[in-house]
Amino acid sequence: MADIATDQAFVEFERVQKSYDGEVLVVKDLNLSMPKGEFLTMLGPSGSGKTTCLMMLAGFETATHGDIRLDGVSINNIPPHKRGIGMVFQNYALFPHMTVAENLSFPLEVRKIGKSDREEKVMRALGMVQMQDFAGRRPAQLSGGQQQRIALARALVFEPELVLMDEPLGALDKQLRETLQFEITRLAHDLGITTVYVTHDQTEALTMSDRVAVFDDGRIQQLAPPDALYEEPQNSFVAQFIGENNTLLGIIEKIKGDTCEVRLDDGSIIDAKPINVTEVGQRTRVSIRPERVEMDKTRLNPDAHTLKAEVLEFIYMGDIFRTRLRVAGNDDFVIKTRNAPDQIRLTPGTVVDIGWMAQDCRALDA
Amino acid sequence: MAEAMLAADGTSLKRSLARALRRQKLRALMLIAPLLIFVLITFIVPIGSMLFRSVENEMVGNTLPYTVEALADWDADESPLPPEDAFQAMFFDMFLAAEAKRHTRLGTRLNYETTGLSSLFRQSGRQLDDVADISYEPLEDLDEAWDEGETWYALMNTREVADDALMAQQRARVAALTDNETNGEVNFAPDAEVAVLLPLAAREYTAWAVYVATQDGRDPATRDPWEAVAPALLLDLQTADLSGYSGPEADKLRTAQAANLPVANFVDAFVDMDEDWGTQTPWETIQTHSSTYTGGYFLNAVDAQKTADGVAWQPENKQILITLFVRTIWMSLLIMGSCILLGYPIAWLLANLPMRKANLLLILVLLPFWTSLLVRTSAWKVMLQQQGVINDVLVWIGLVADDGRLIMINNQFGTIVSMTHILLPFMILPMYSVMQTIQPSYLRAAKSLGATNWTAFWRVYFPQSVPGIGAGSILVFILAIGYYITPEIVGGTKGVFISNRIAYHISSSLNWGLAAALGTILLAAVLVLYWAYDKIVGIDNVKLG
Repeated sequence: MADIATDQAFVEFERVQKSYDGEVLVVKDLNLSMPKGEFLTMLGPSGSGKTTCLMMLAGFETATHGDIRLDGVSINNIPPHKRGIGMVFQNYALFPHMTVAENLSFPLEVRKIGKSDREEKVMRALGMVQMQDFAGRRPAQLSGGQQQRIALARALVFEPELVLMDEPLGALDKQLRETLQFEITRLAHDLGITTVYVTHDQTEALTMSDRVAVFDDGRIQQLAPPDALYEEPQNSFVAQFIGENNTLLGIIEKIKGDTCEVRLDDGSIIDAKPINVTEVGQRTRVSIRPERVEMDKTRLNPDAHTLKAEVLEFIYMGDIFRTRLRVAGNDDFVIKTRNAPDQIRLTPGTVVDIGWMAQDCRALDA
Repeated sequence: MAEAMLAADGTSLKRSLARALRRQKLRALMLIAPLLIFVLITFIVPIGSMLFRSVENEMVGNTLPYTVEALADWDADESPLPPEDAFQAMFFDMFLAAEAKRHTRLGTRLNYETTGLSSLFRQSGRQLDDVADISYEPLEDLDEAWDEGETWYALMNTREVADDALMAQQRARVAALTDNETNGEVNFAPDAEVAVLLPLAAREYTAWAVYVATQDGRDPATRDPWEAVAPALLLDLQTADLSGYSGPEADKLRTAQAANLPVANFVDAFVDMDEDWGTQTPWETIQTHSSTYTGGYFLNAVDAQKTADGVAWQPENKQILITLFVRTIWMSLLIMGSCILLGYPIAWLLANLPMRKANLLLILVLLPFWTSLLVRTSAWKVMLQQQGVINDVLVWIGLVADDGRLIMINNQFGTIVSMTHILLPFMILPMYSVMQTIQPSYLRAAKSLGATNWTAFWRVYFPQSVPGIGAGSILVFILAIGYYITPEIVGGTKGVFISNRIAYHISSSLNWGLAAALGTILLAAVLVLYWAYDKIVGIDNVKLG
């Protein structure tokens, strides 16, 4: 799972560990390497160590063990203010006693940049987030979205090469969040900034990032581009955490190349693709996305196994239909179908046959 | 909007809303009513009445009403002494006041303005009877009936028409003099005819009747009047036209008038009592301070005084209050400053330590609160005195010679040290509560933007903690400016505050007017500072928790 450090790596974590109390490791053996210009998201449930990693990178926490390098230079002993890393905080952290312009001017002032230069840079940064008209306002006079735009502009105004964002959109409503997601990615790409973005919102992670690092239990569980993460989760934590998933428990019956057969707990046999299972008789958790389940036998392989499923609930959601079924004793098996003119709407009580392509069903660790 | 909004039933929406809210408001009012009444009775009313004393000056006019009237037109620059009328009015005013034992109180009051008047009034009060006897004894010798109360009562009491106005006037005069009720039954009313014929005698007799009836509970019909009625009668008889008079005692009056009995020359009589009455000083003092309301106490409070020639400074040896005011403010500022310097780091630590340690520290900060103020101040006395703990340690270390022990108490140093210690929690707590609300992410943000620790603190943290400093400063300064116990105990003579002077005037010199004026000035100073603070920092920025 660990990327091998490459020559062009811009940000590197090497065997980094962190403990607050000397008893429990919050971050366990973290290895990560980012090329310049990448937008990397650290995604994970709370307490998974992602924010700690960000804080170590920013310099507010020191690594208990290991090396963190920025552009090839170890930054373990460099204080935060000398690292030149831009940072956007969850609660914006705009200085309430300064106007918007003063807030933006602050990083330039401490860098002893001349007044006219400063004003020009401030206006340019405000222009990037379309907030030129708000230069004279105080943060308290702005809405949450506007404050976050200013916080973003402040983190960019001194032209850092690396920007860290700690759940910056966590406090905003859905619509605003989507707009800002788009704006942040656009800015990051336009300016060629390397970005580390921390969030617990998987949609955000999938839509914004070049690569996503899924954190759990102090480790990176999987580091991959969004599509790979969604379609090819490497273990059951990632499969569960990213997107919606149906899981069935069973035992490996036989393995043949990149397909295998799994005997479910009720005795029925299904096809799957072995991911991190290796031997027959191993306990496994198979995972299949709701939109990859087929009810139309003609679209499956002729020798594909099918399962009897009883419809429990049909929910109309506009663009899709969501049907809850009982499959092999599991009452929470969900399938999603597109709202097309010829799509059947199942009524509760009906029994249907369902099946899937073997490569869509991943046999993972139990 | 052209038309007023209407509610569903057609009444005005505003009125409808007001009616709906009235119940809520009433309930809220009833909830606070017990406290409101308590505060009103025990706090606001006493303070108000105390402050009122700083301008109230009814005593001169109440005690010497006719003298004040007679002195109104007197100009000290034109005639060396007031007209004889004034001396005469003074005699009758003083006579009544002396009988009511109120003349010494007035003497004390006027003594605040001019030293010596207290004893002048006290001594003169005793000799008034002698002056009255100059007329009374010859009258009695002429006809022994004048020694009988019944004679006077028959002469003065109503026959056909009563002079109600005179009666009411004298009731008010006695009431003002004695501060007592005079509405009771008197069993006497001045006869209107006699009141015209013998105005002075009627006036004084009525005053006496009101006094004995309402203050002593006696019946004037059976009592002998005070001697002062004799000179009053003889003065009236000098000009009265008795030809048309046929009422009771007409013969006796005519005999007395014909006898041309002597009346004292009041000017000489007063100068005989005490030669000070022959100078302008007492008369000027009375004239200057005769108004019902006076700014005199306030002038006194700033080392000035009211004289006949206008406002002037007190004599140099009596000037102390401005010095005390300046010292109080200056030392309070010093105490406030040292509280800020000592309290800020503690508050910062409190706000940034982990919960458990912060709570422990907070208890240490609050510990002094739970100890009696007197105990803490006394402890400082033990610590700071010349044979005290600190000096002993310094001598033992060898920093100070045994014969050169530091004087740290009974001076300003002692007051500043102990008051800083005592008031420190009042500075720390507001600072702490403000600092608690400053999120650590501000400092982190500043550092991530390239600020050093110092710049981050000075440009980002400190400005946000200013409201806490402001709140603490106001609290400490206001408490310090009115502090009494600590300066009293450790302040000696050089370290006392204006409040110690107020306490002195309240409990020792009994000059409550001056004490009230000093208190009012102190209160006004605090309000002005508060207002200035509001203008500069903005009171909305002050957070007390």
